[in-house]
Amino acid sequence: MAEKLRLTRDMMAARTAAEFQDGWIANLGVGMPTMCSDFLPADRFIVLHSENGLIGYGRAASVQEAGPYVVNAGVLPVLLQDYAAILHHADAFGVIRGGRLDVGVLGAYEVAANGDFANWKTAVGKPGGGIGGAMDIAACAQRIFIMMEHTLRDGRPRLLKQCNLPVTARGVVKLVMTDLGLFEPAGDGFRILEIAPSFTVDDVAALTGAPLEASPDLREVQLS
Amino acid sequence: MQSRNKVVASFAEAVADIVDGSSIMIGGFGPGTPHNLIKALYEKAPKHLTLILNTAGAGSGGSGTGRVSINDLLEARLVCKVVMAFTASTHPSRTSILEELEEAGEVEAELVPQGTLAERIRAGGAGIPAFYTPTAVGTELAAGKEHREFNGRTYLMEEAITADYAFVRAWHADEFGNLSYKGSERNFNPIMATAARTTIVETEDVLPIGSFEPEQVHTSGIYVQRLIKIPPDGILHVSTPFARAVPEKPGGN
Repeated sequence: MAEKLRLTRDMMAARTAAEFQDGWIANLGVGMPTMCSDFLPADRFIVLHSENGLIGYGRAASVQEAGPYVVNAGVLPVLLQDYAAILHHADAFGVIRGGRLDVGVLGAYEVAANGDFANWKTAVGKPGGGIGGAMDIAACAQRIFIMMEHTLRDGRPRLLKQCNLPVTARGVVKLVMTDLGLFEPAGDGFRILEIAPSFTVDDVAALTGAPLEASPDLREVQLS
Repeated sequence: MQSRNKVVASFAEAVADIVDGSSIMIGGFGPGTPHNLIKALYEKAPKHLTLILNTAGAGSGGSGTGRVSINDLLEARLVCKVVMAFTASTHPSRTSILEELEEAGEVEAELVPQGTLAERIRAGGAGIPAFYTPTAVGTELAAGKEHREFNGRTYLMEEAITADYAFVRAWHADEFGNLSYKGSERNFNPIMATAARTTIVETEDVLPIGSFEPEQVHTSGIYVQRLIKIPPDGILHVSTPFARAVPEKPGGN
């Protein structure tokens, strides 16, 4: 079988951002989720929040352009919108815990069919981990979207019946964007809503660690 | 009567009374990192320190930059405990000095979700001994913590944190110690300033009293014990974006 083309990270970010609705407040996690800020739907007003206190930041910029004082949660320089405000860290998390985030987009190592996900520890039993703001966002945002590669480098699945790694939060994932398509946790398995061009549902099912059902409205990944 | 003079002459003087066993909160999230105070602490070298901050990557920049990171304090075996939101690399192929010391039993690392960490510090400064949060319910971090239900939702009890010292970086100060932060350098700094017995501030300028409109003051001088203006040969800004200071989340190669 010839190597089939998976979705690029830009495509994944564009498709995820297309889910954002007008008026939403969104928090974009470090790494791939941050790329959604480059693909915000032009016809909708979306406010970006970051854990270090920015409300209303814009695109990434160089230090020369953004100055040395303003960074996003990935510690990368960003520009501020005209309507921006800056809070201290405890208030920034008050925004999160207070339920003001319409969506949190996070990376993950594993997502389970029941909506659990794991993203703070790379191995069971290893001391410590890197939680950052992910647990607060996962517990308190109105909905959690995950962006991740569908499989590990060795091909093992990352969409699973249940998480093997310690979870970040339970039952919170609403949508999973991978390089093979767009998925919903459906309890015992996953439902595929949109599929990468050139892949079949059977191809994707073979790379998924839980039962996979096709949505009645299954279509190719929609990129405007 | 004039305000008590809080301005100290050197970074060495600013940290001179920090003894073995002290607990220190260190502000910063990229901007707002008190690089010069961290460096002075490294040079003074008290031992058995407890450090409370976001990540051990703070202040990192590599050799030749003149900067000292929390990892350097760990390498020098000055630290016995950390309370942080990142205690291990989220990159499977990387192992940090903190992970090595934790595995060897030389450093105790308390891992705290970032919002819980911020609120524990805020509570410490605000005289609230504990609070309830939904964060981390159902995870490994909930083990051994009091669970309580409010309005049908489960919460964990988290206790406040205070410290002997806070290291704060502000944009401008006045001689009373009122502080103003620029951009996102605010982050943990204002809450840490309230939660420590002695707050030491490095700033770009110390202005005469009356230079701020009261509404522009982000941290009141009542929380500030020592002020030092960053000298021309000090570390003013980190000139390169240091994305590696905060470990990358999965999915971001």
